[in-house]
Parts: sequence; structure tokens; C-alpha cells
Amino acid sequence: MGLDFSIIPKYMDIILLGVAWTIGITVSAALLSFIGGIIFAVIALYAHWIIRQPFRLIEWVFMGTPLLLQLFLIYFGLVQIGIDLPAFIAGIIGLGLHFAVYNSELIQTAILAVDKGQMEAARTLGLSRGQALRKVVIPQAVRDVIPPIGNNMIALLKDSALVSVIGVSELTLSAQRVIGKTYRPFEFYILAAGFYYVINLCMEWVQHKIERRISISR
Amino acid sequence: MSEQTKFVEIRHAQKSFGSLEVLKDISLNVERGQIVGIIGSSGSGKSTLLRAINDLSPLTGGEIWLEGVQVNKTLPHRQYETHINAMRQQVGMVFQHFNLFPHMTARENVTMAPKLLKGLSQADADKLAEEQLDKVGMLERIDYYPSQLSGGQKQRVAIARALAMKPKLMLFDEATSALDPELVEEVNLVMKKLAEEHMTMIIVTHEMDFAASVCDRVLFMDQGVVVEEGPPEVLFKNPTQTRTREFLRKHLEGAN
Ligand SMILES: Nc1ncnc2c1ncn2[C@@H]1O[C@H](COP(=O)(O)OP(=O)(O)O)[C@@H](O)[C@H]1O
Ligand SMILES: [Mg+2]
Repeated sequence: MGLDFSIIPKYMDIILLGVAWTIGITVSAALLSFIGGIIFAVIALYAHWIIRQPFRLIEWVFMGTPLLLQLFLIYFGLVQIGIDLPAFIAGIIGLGLHFAVYNSELIQTAILAVDKGQMEAARTLGLSRGQALRKVVIPQAVRDVIPPIGNNMIALLKDSALVSVIGVSELTLSAQRVIGKTYRPFEFYILAAGFYYVINLCMEWVQHKIERRISISR
Repeated sequence: MSEQTKFVEIRHAQKSFGSLEVLKDISLNVERGQIVGIIGSSGSGKSTLLRAINDLSPLTGGEIWLEGVQVNKTLPHRQYETHINAMRQQVGMVFQHFNLFPHMTARENVTMAPKLLKGLSQADADKLAEEQLDKVGMLERIDYYPSQLSGGQKQRVAIARALAMKPKLMLFDEATSALDPELVEEVNLVMKKLAEEHMTMIIVTHEMDFAASVCDRVLFMDQGVVVEEGPPEVLFKNPTQTRTREFLRKHLEGAN
């Protein structure tokens, strides 16, 4: 049987819905991983050691185990202790925290690299350490790691396909379902790949815009 | 209080970094409106003394008083933080390397702390920024980022940022040392203007001419002690101590 791309339009709505889910989950998880990354970084660097311990455990779990297992744990495991999350929420949390841990590593290094004079100047004006971190140090640290965080977010987009295993009909699972009906794996996997590529380009474009906007304020 | 409250009083300041004693029993008073210069070779403890005044570099012995309130008093951690943040709002500091916030425009550099700490509205903050930046001749660059400014311009914005908190006392730590020679004068002019407005200032400097022209008193520091102090015309023309004469002689040679 040869290739037949003319079948695509008929199933386009299912695929587009998958695209929408992939974008929604990726953007939500990216935001969570960004904010979570900042919070984890601040805790790792500045919190009392008793507070740091549970976060070190979280960090170990999310860095040292497969993302797939983490998704199973959050979706199927938490039900047993009474936390029954919708699959897409479990997916966002899993992806978000997984990448928050990686972002946190980047942000920690960047915070330590901000010139000590910045903290001093802020403290001299009367800011507390927390205020100085929030207003002066962290914004600069985050700016410095936009490119590597951008790379993490591209990885996040690709790993978002894993949430299909807990039944979220994102792009990959949608393609699979259509293939189940049509037996046209090549056409629809290529189509899905094309959509991933386009989303990827959009993310790079956003990253580029952000980098350009902040290049002046360094 | 029976005796008159001093404006700034440093009592037996002592500071050690490990086994290295950097400040050795320094006592010093500064009256309101007075301008005190501190000179001395590199490593003599000038910065450490200046930074002790707002507790950026806490003393290991002795006391700092500002208008009858002890800056470095002993308090439980939380209370001390509140106390020191309030004290620091009253003391402006200008650094050799400016330390402007690079992610903020000149306006934002000036208004960030007043907005955050004094709850200024955006309108009031804008007025304040215009006022302070105008004073240092930087009004035209109000919406520029530090990366778009020359060294002299950065330092003038840094002075405006400190002044925006309406400090009682200004500390300058070699404010012009990092500048290209042709940019020194614009910063000195701003400091002279503050002097005319009777701002109380403590100025660490390498520029003897500038110190002579603005300071009421000049201190010469060496190895953690104040070797000699006096009005600039005396200290520079007729120093009594050998170490002061040595330093001034070397400095003159270096300048030529
Ligand atoms: N944080 C620090 N740790 C250890 N030694 C320090 C520190 N800061 C300053 N010193 C030492 O204290 C001495 C005085 O330094 P400083 O006050 O910066 O001198 P100055 O400003 O007169 O050049 C120097 O010997 C310096 O190496
Ligand atoms: Mg110094």
C-alpha cells in the first residue's frame, strides 16, 4: 500500500485537538517549571536546612527516576492516598516539577554568579535580603539563563508526548488513535512530527523575542 | 541625655577578618553637615571603616551611633534585621563600581527602593526620579538602561538612587576611582553640589585635590589606624606624622 496524504483532512480535527492539548500542557508545565525552578533554587540556596531536606528528596526523585515513572506515580499512585487528579493535571504537574528541578539547577548557578555588589547596593538602600533577592538578584539571574531554560522547554515539549501513557489525548496519542482507525502510520506520524516542528519554531521565536528585549538591560 | 547627641559617632571600632586585624580601635565623630575625607594607601582599612557605618561589614568590636541611635546594637536576629534596614534607609552609599541595577532604567533604579520601602505611588515616584536625576544632570537619560550610559553617567545615577531615599548621611567609597580621567569631573561636581547643600558626607578618595577642595576634615589611615587628622590645609601642607608625609610624597610622585 502506497502513501496517501489525501486522507489527512478527514481526521484533521482530531489532530488539531491533539495539537491544542500539547500546546496547553506544554505552556502550563513550562510556567510551572519556571516558577517552580525559581522557588526550588531559592530554597536550595537560602532556606533553613530542615526545610531543604524534603526538597532534596523531591529533587532526587525528579532527577534520578524516569519521567514515565513519575507520571505513573502522580496519576495512579496518588489516588491511593486520596489525591485523584485529572490526567492532564497530573501530566502538567509531572512535567512541570520534572523540569523545575532542572531549571532550579540553572537558576542556582546564575544566582550565585550575580555580582555581590548588586546585593550590597540593594541592602544599602534598606531592602531586606528577601526583597533584594526578589527585586534585584533573581531577575538578573533569570535573564542570564533564558537560553538554557529555553532548551529545557524544547525538551519539555518533546517529553509532553509521554503524558499519552496516562491517557491525555495530546498530539502523539491523537495521531495513534487516528492511525488505529486508518492504518496510515506514516502519514499521521509525519503530520504529528510537522506540528511538533511548528510548535518548536514558535517557542524558539518567543525565546528569541525575550532575549532581544532583555539584551539591553544587562 | 546630658551631653549633646553626636550626629555620627564611631567608638573604638575594631574589625578582624580571622586573624587579620583591619581596624584597630578607631574613634571618630562627624557633625551634621560636615564633610570628612578619608585617605590612605590601598588595604589600610578605609572601605572596611566606611562599610561598618551602615553595617555592610559588621564590626567585631566597638559601636557605631547615628543621631543617638546605635546602628550595630545587639538584638535578636529578626529585630536586628528590621532595625538595620531602617537605619540603612538613612545612610546613602556610593560604590566604586556603581552597582547600578542593570535590569532597570535610571528611573527604575532611583524609584525601586522608595516605592518598595516607603510605598510611594507611581506618580510620586516619577516626580522623585525626575527631581533626583535632574539634580545630577541625568534627567535626559531617565529611561536609559545602565548599559547605555558612560561610567560618569552611571555614577551620577547611582548618586541619585542613594539620594532618593533622602538619607541623612552619604558615604562615598572611591566614587571616581573606576572612571576614565575625563569623566571624573562630572561626578566631582555633583558631590560639590551636595556639599553646598550641607549634606553630611564621608568620602574615601584618592584625589587629594578634590579632598582639599570639599572636605572640612581629612583623615589619613594606615594599617587600620587613623594616623593623623585635621583640616585639609593643615593635613596636606603641614602633616605632623612621618607616615602621612611618606604617603603624600609617594602619592604626588605617582600623580606625576
Ligand atoms: N571580606 C574580607 N575578608 C578578608 N579580608 C578582607 C575582607 N575585606 C577586606 N579585607 C582586608 O582588609 C584590609 C583592608 O581592606 P579595605 O578596607 O578594603 O582597605 P582599603 O579600602 O583602604 O583599600 C585589606 O588587607 C583587605 O585585604
Ligand atoms: Mg577600598
